[in-house]
Amino acid sequence: MSDVSLAQAPRRPTRSGPRGEPVISLRNVSKNFGAVSALTDIELDVHAGEVVALVGDNGAGKSTLVKVLAGVHQPSSGTIRFMGREVALGSPSAALDMGIATVFQDLALCENLDVVANIFLGREKDPWQLDEVAMETRSWQLLNELAARIPSVREPVASLSGGQRQTVAIARSLLLEPKLIMLDEPTAALGVAQTAEVLNLIERVRDKGLGVIVISHNMDDVRAVADRIVVLRLGRNNGVFTPADSQHDLIAAITGASENSVSRREGRLAAAQEGLA
Amino acid sequence: MTQNPNSVAGRSLDRADARLRNDEGLGGALRAFWDRVRSGDLGMIPVAVGLVLIAIVFSTLNPVFLRPGNLSNLLYDCATTGIISLGIVCVLLLGEIDLSVGSMSGLASALLGVLWINNGWPVAGAILLALVMGAAVGAIYATLFNRVGMPSFVATLSGLLALLGLQLYLLGTTGSINLPFDLALVRFGQNLYMPNWLSFLLALLPGAVILYTGLGARRRRQAANLSAGSLSVLVVKATVLTVALLFVVWYLAQGRGVPWMFALFVLLVVVMEYAFTRTKWGRSMFAVGGNREAARRAGINVRRIYLSAFVLCSTLAALGGVLSAARLGSSSQQAGSGDVNLNAIAAAVIGGTSLFGGRGSAYSALLGIIVIQAISNGLTLLNLSSSLRYMILGGVLALAVIVDSLARRSRASHGR
Repeated sequence: MSDVSLAQAPRRPTRSGPRGEPVISLRNVSKNFGAVSALTDIELDVHAGEVVALVGDNGAGKSTLVKVLAGVHQPSSGTIRFMGREVALGSPSAALDMGIATVFQDLALCENLDVVANIFLGREKDPWQLDEVAMETRSWQLLNELAARIPSVREPVASLSGGQRQTVAIARSLLLEPKLIMLDEPTAALGVAQTAEVLNLIERVRDKGLGVIVISHNMDDVRAVADRIVVLRLGRNNGVFTPADSQHDLIAAITGASENSVSRREGRLAAAQEGLA
Repeated sequence: MTQNPNSVAGRSLDRADARLRNDEGLGGALRAFWDRVRSGDLGMIPVAVGLVLIAIVFSTLNPVFLRPGNLSNLLYDCATTGIISLGIVCVLLLGEIDLSVGSMSGLASALLGVLWINNGWPVAGAILLALVMGAAVGAIYATLFNRVGMPSFVATLSGLLALLGLQLYLLGTTGSINLPFDLALVRFGQNLYMPNWLSFLLALLPGAVILYTGLGARRRRQAANLSAGSLSVLVVKATVLTVALLFVVWYLAQGRGVPWMFALFVLLVVVMEYAFTRTKWGRSMFAVGGNREAARRAGINVRRIYLSAFVLCSTLAALGGVLSAARLGSSSQQAGSGDVNLNAIAAAVIGGTSLFGGRGSAYSALLGIIVIQAISNGLTLLNLSSSLRYMILGGVLALAVIVDSLARRSRASHGR
């Protein structure tokens, strides 16, 4: 049972810090929409086999940054180096061909098609006589690499649970063997068990040697899976944390102040505890 | 490679999950079929039930209904509107609609008469121009849809009027042009039957193809360590289909036989079904119909898919119009008017193609049009006025859409 062996192994063999050349490296990346600067001088490194969480309040620029990396938006200034070379991510397909895969929050699956058809959507083998056997074999290979819990790949996606759909979306993004995979809110709207499964999935993708960027609002999930936590605030870098750092510091970096509604609430609760004791 | 935690040793790749029930053999196939039906995936069942009911009701009211001669006649009617309905399936798969197929077929038949009879064009040239006209109209709809964002409902509704106007303009004051009865096209549309030996031979073909491709697929799947469907299911399927087809052909041979025009329709259905299920284009059609945004993000050229569907639909409508002109032996102002539009759309829906997109098959045009024309034919045999016919056919269409909507809801609640 691989679950057991995972639990017995040192919990995070790759959490020893950045190693070697980063998969992707951003320097002074800015993005303006007219007079609004959505991103200002962003610095970001993601190494192979590393999970970097991107956190920040609403409007912090997380989505814009992901769209820049996915090739949807082009940066106004700054440099992006991918696998050691300076690159221009001119379009989504250019980013995809280079090896940057994105799993968007809405997953973009066709519910009326089965798992195999969804994984190979737009990239079918043999356009005039689809090679179903080869596609099904490859689908199972991808899903087994993720140790995924999909009972059958010939069921329409509509019959799958939220976690299983996330698995299919991640398996699809792995089809082109990317170097970097970005997950936008992968655990939003998932139950407890399904969230745990998706977090396992992220760790397996990391263990395959891919760089992973996770965007999440859920601090527990971020702490559970990330090797480093990059905080954005109002379109700027606002510190890099590790899961070992205190929740207080992290929240302060996200909200931009040590005195904020979250800390006030915690202070009040702590006072109440003391009062009881 | 990490092993799947749920996998059971010794099972093939796709049956390894311990939670998966293994439906093997005939019993398993029947159980899987029953599960699908209960969850709202009705497939061909409403059609089969409907046909049996129709046969019982109309043959008790008038025994002529089930005579081979009448059935051959019925197949002629099926072929013309059925080809139009095949085009409707294309647009319905995308969740769109073409309301102008009736007018398009009428325009095509008018073009045929005017160019061929009045202007002395060669018949092939006249047919070709009618088809090109259809393709052009489809391209216009697609452009309006893709570039202007005009709903297909509105674009084709205005097309319905415009094309009808063009048809009336072309036919001018005479109103109708008779096609000479001794010409090949008209004979094709009225009394050209397959020789019996050929229709028996062709009746054997589908079973043989199912067996051959099925065995090939089994071999490839086994080689790839995937579960192969049971051999007995395959043999039973092929046998049942062959016996049924042989019976139909034998029965029709008691009268005049199988019309060539119907054979052409069936050929088109089979070609379209292959395109829908076995090509990248077909997969893209279903994807766009299911989730347009997902298809776009997967790199599918969504606009080109819409273009192909609208062009195919209007072209097939034009072909249906040419054939119905041959069937009637004339190009008239009435061609394509009345219930042609509704019959073509109703046939696709009754056959099981969803109005909501992403679900359907080419066979739905074939089965649906047989249902529609059987009702229409039976009511005509009863000497009922067209007022009653329209009311009854309208009710049948409403029923088909109700079944479609309910099945869709059931599928949603069963997660399909």
